[in-house]
Amino acid sequence: MNKTWLIIQREYTSRVKNKRFLMLTFLMPLLIVGLIAASTYFSITGVEHRSIAVIDPNGYIKTSLKNTNQISFSFPDKVDTANYINKGYTDILILPQFEKGTKSDYVLRSKKSMGLMLQESISNRINSAIEDQMLQDAGIQQNMLDSIHKASQVTELKAYEDKGSSSKESNAGLAMGIGYASGLLIYMTMFIYGAMVMRGVMEEKTNRIAEVIISSVKPFELMMGKIIGIGAVGLTQFLLWIVLIISLTSVAMGFLPADIQHQVSTLQQSNGQMAGGMMQASESAMKIYNFQHTIATANWPLIIGCFIFYFVGGYLFYAALFAAVGSTVNEDPQDAQSLMFPITMPLIFSYIITNMVTQNPNTPIAFWASIIPFSSPMVMMARVAYGVPSAVSYWELALSMLCLVAGFIFTTWLSGRIYRTGILLYGKKVTWKIMFKWAFKKG
Amino acid sequence: MDALLSLQNLKKYYATQKAVDDISFEIERGSIFGLLGPNGAGKTTLLRMITGIFYPDSGHILLDGVPFNPMVDIEKIGYMPEERGMYKKMKIGEQALYLAQLKGMSKAEATEKIKYWFKKFEMESWWNKKVEDLSKGMSQKLQFVITVLHEPKLIILDEPFSGLDPLNANLIKDEIYALAKKGSTIIFSTHRMEQVEEICDHIVLVNLGKKILDGSVAGIKQQFKENNYSIEIKAGAGLNSNSIFTIISEAASKYLIKINEGHSVNNVLQHIIEQKIELIGFNEVLPSLNEIFIKLVEGTHAGARAFQKI
Repeated sequence: MNKTWLIIQREYTSRVKNKRFLMLTFLMPLLIVGLIAASTYFSITGVEHRSIAVIDPNGYIKTSLKNTNQISFSFPDKVDTANYINKGYTDILILPQFEKGTKSDYVLRSKKSMGLMLQESISNRINSAIEDQMLQDAGIQQNMLDSIHKASQVTELKAYEDKGSSSKESNAGLAMGIGYASGLLIYMTMFIYGAMVMRGVMEEKTNRIAEVIISSVKPFELMMGKIIGIGAVGLTQFLLWIVLIISLTSVAMGFLPADIQHQVSTLQQSNGQMAGGMMQASESAMKIYNFQHTIATANWPLIIGCFIFYFVGGYLFYAALFAAVGSTVNEDPQDAQSLMFPITMPLIFSYIITNMVTQNPNTPIAFWASIIPFSSPMVMMARVAYGVPSAVSYWELALSMLCLVAGFIFTTWLSGRIYRTGILLYGKKVTWKIMFKWAFKKG
Repeated sequence: MDALLSLQNLKKYYATQKAVDDISFEIERGSIFGLLGPNGAGKTTLLRMITGIFYPDSGHILLDGVPFNPMVDIEKIGYMPEERGMYKKMKIGEQALYLAQLKGMSKAEATEKIKYWFKKFEMESWWNKKVEDLSKGMSQKLQFVITVLHEPKLIILDEPFSGLDPLNANLIKDEIYALAKKGSTIIFSTHRMEQVEEICDHIVLVNLGKKILDGSVAGIKQQFKENNYSIEIKAGAGLNSNSIFTIISEAASKYLIKINEGHSVNNVLQHIIEQKIELIGFNEVLPSLNEIFIKLVEGTHAGARAFQKI
């Protein structure tokens, strides 16, 4: 045990001291924040403007069709499909003769192809213009229509879950986000740290240091030391990321204007309501408050607890398998590729299931995939985000955890047996069939 | 005999071959023992069983008269495998410290010992270097130091001199003698017979998984001697084969003869004196271990064994 501890220490310190680890740890959050900022920036500034010439034979929607900041509609004369480009329009929209009660096609011809979002937005505009026009035909005044439009926007859906006597605000969007993010994180770490274990084992084997160490410690101790040491590196990295993200966010909050900060804290104290007579909360303060409020609806202690459990459990489950593969590889890293396939397949498959489960946490496939240890670390995280026990009952969670523990004990045992033979064997091409033999031979 | 290590009927069979097939021998405390054999004879498997890396299929290993227990006795052994290796990116001092601690030494004790050996081998400046910066011979020296650092009772060296220049080879050789004098027992595995003749007290030769020779170097040479003698006579006189001896080779006035059966050295001398030939030198020629090795192993198809089925 004492020696395993020495190995853990070496594996841990040699990696944490490494420049690459420090760079990845400190640059990753910056990179993520930078990417989000950049994509937001480009989505605001990089919008192309379209000016669309509309040919509307009976002028039905001429008054109701509204421009947006991206699209401007105009109804010029003497423009057709042959000359709209020369006249400075980017697109031409041709409406058919409009008849009530019949569905008809509009034709849109463009200089440049148009994105799906833009097409959708144009078709929404036309539909609501037709709707407005019909309402006006039915005798509703334009100003009344406008006020109805305005008044109908204030409603917002707030979902609550009933848990016995108390009800709790639930947020499917947030659950989806948390489920997806934690599933993705676990998926990535399985690959990154699993591959790190495999490379470490391969390094020891090809460096021939394995034999020196095996003459001092048991192969199993060496394998476990490596797995635990690298797992600790992964946990350290996560903790640093969490600390970094929290501090970056609070620093960013510090840059907000003082009055908005004050408004946000007032909103927090008054539970979202601005007391009468006080100043009106600005829109940005409201947004920040809403975001914070939404984040707070999630059961964070449960989610973080489950995340750590499934991260550690899933890591142990897969790392042992990666170690076994690493021990069978000779000089040629290409061998590793084909042997890794049976490990990476379930990982990728689980990731795909996770994507499905984030939207629908209670299908039979979601249930089974969250019990089977191959996929449970990712899939169960996606389900847990929807709440325990509302989406996942306690017994399901307990069964899933139990299966995962049993699973990693089994894979560690199995890999230990493959590893102790593989690590000292050179010059033989190993297949899964041979590995299977090693694992189950007696003695 | 005061045996440090005693192997009794060791067997280790792999799926495709009998790597070690019923081998027994004893190694005397404080001796330098040579384990010889052609490639693929089963030496490495034997050594791995002695170091506790492999368990024998059957048979017993006694260390200091009690059954070998890998869990405890591993710390009494220093093993320098033929395939040497270290962490390339790790600092040399840290690496030595790590490997010494794995052998059960405390950090303070290990540091002290490493400093002692590094000073002795003029390696002090290496502490903060990485192994990838060392030449092959240099890393060999480092590996030797790591092997003997924890003062093991039993030191196993697999080809310790390969890649060393004569100066460093002598350095290591002197250390081997010194360690044996201090009471360590050394198992020395090599293909270089001249080194064995020079260093070892006792040898065992294995081939095809079986022991085919066991004895002291001098005893074995006597056992395999072929009554060959070298004679040097004064230039100008000639010597011919006769009923007493046969000339095997001649160069200038030096002859290599084989005494025919039923005759003795005195008969030969008598013959030379009777012929009035002036004798300058007369020596017994013992076979070299190299010759004995080749004689015993040649024709057994030892190399082809790896790919045969039993």
